[in-house]
Amino acid sequence: MKYLSEYRDPSVARGLIARIRREATRPWVMMEVCGGQTHTIVKQGLLELLDGAVEMIHGPGCPVCVTPLEQIDKALRLAADPRVIFTSFGDMLRVPGSECDLLQIRARGGEVRVVYSPLDALQIARRHPDRQVVFFAVGFETTAPANAMAVWRARELGIGNFSVLVSHVTVPPAMTAILESPDNRVQAFLAAGHVCTVMGWTEYEPIAERYRVPIVVTGFEPVDILEGMLMAVRQLEGGRHAVENQYARSVRREGTVPARDLVARVFRLVDRKWRGIGEIPLSGLGLREEFADFDAEYRFGLAALEVEEPAECRAGDVLRGRLKPHECPAFGLRCTPERPLGAPMVSSEGACAAYYTCGRFRHPAGVEG
Amino acid sequence: MCLGIPGRIVETHADAGLLMGTVDFGGVRREVCLAYLDGQVEPGDYAIVHVGFAISKVDEAEARRTFEALRELSQLDELDWMREVAERSLSPGGGESP
Repeated sequence: MKYLSEYRDPSVARGLIARIRREATRPWVMMEVCGGQTHTIVKQGLLELLDGAVEMIHGPGCPVCVTPLEQIDKALRLAADPRVIFTSFGDMLRVPGSECDLLQIRARGGEVRVVYSPLDALQIARRHPDRQVVFFAVGFETTAPANAMAVWRARELGIGNFSVLVSHVTVPPAMTAILESPDNRVQAFLAAGHVCTVMGWTEYEPIAERYRVPIVVTGFEPVDILEGMLMAVRQLEGGRHAVENQYARSVRREGTVPARDLVARVFRLVDRKWRGIGEIPLSGLGLREEFADFDAEYRFGLAALEVEEPAECRAGDVLRGRLKPHECPAFGLRCTPERPLGAPMVSSEGACAAYYTCGRFRHPAGVEG
Repeated sequence: MCLGIPGRIVETHADAGLLMGTVDFGGVRREVCLAYLDGQVEPGDYAIVHVGFAISKVDEAEARRTFEALRELSQLDELDWMREVAERSLSPGGGESP
């Protein structure tokens, strides 16, 4: 498809950069809440090219990174259970739990399989009626319709050996928590394009209004992100605070209604702990009571497990924008993608891993080993 | 995690009542659930696909319109950019100060 490569056009990107630099009369502080956008911003060096016209704080936009430690530990326990085939998206396998990760469980004989789609996990359950198949249902609103459909189909088709370990999170409550924080610096948000593809942007309108903060629904290509920044800069310079849609080729105001509807039938809002941040009220999705049979926590009696996070990892400060990844004393020294202390260094969408792999931030000045 | 890839719908079929289809991603084909776009898509359309599910039909006209507007805007700015580049170094590794 031709337009996709067009949205990477360097001459268009340069034009947008020049315009942002000309129109921003002060260094505006924005936050993106999407690991894919973080990855593009850091990898393409957009912030260096903007030369301080815009400061980006990389928000908690990586579901892998915010999945709380106890959910990882529950996954590890399930994966080690000989009755279970544990299925997951690939990026969860290296996230450190209290003692090890899913890859290590697999090396010790646990059956852990990477799937591309939750429907693949359901297929595995149909092929192995003698085993319990558990899918690790993580993600933001983008992924929730897929996971909702897997549960819905399991019930419809009577697949009794399938269940899900749910750790879904939703974006607007995290944005609100950041705006409510006394040391908040964020003046505008780039909202995540695919979260809004599913959900639309009606939930963001009261946030923009209440906190007087511009919110621009933004896509993922460099040109998309730069245009989103320019739209936010123009709102800030003009003293406006509206929800605008840069990613109009995919996002409509009401979202994808059949997807929202099924998510609402299968899931309900629950309080959810975010790794490094703590509990945010009504910021997650859990299965509705009528689907409790498909909840792996009930089926395997795991609901009560609670654990503390390691003190050295400062993921919470990074995810809240209080600390840039390379300012963490452990960055690149005791914490690397090979030996991560916390999840933001694991996932390619985590802010710490993005800063590490782009190579420009490996040796910060003034950091002691 | 929220990565969505645009692909072209090649054919559609039902699997035990669920609308599925084959989607072509630049030569790589995969079976995708189209249930959330039921009634909106047909072979030849483009959709954004995330973890095996089509989550929106891509509005091609909108994509082109946006891009053309951006290109016109950027052509005006190209001269400014050239001037700036001449004035200061912008090498990707240079000048980084945490």
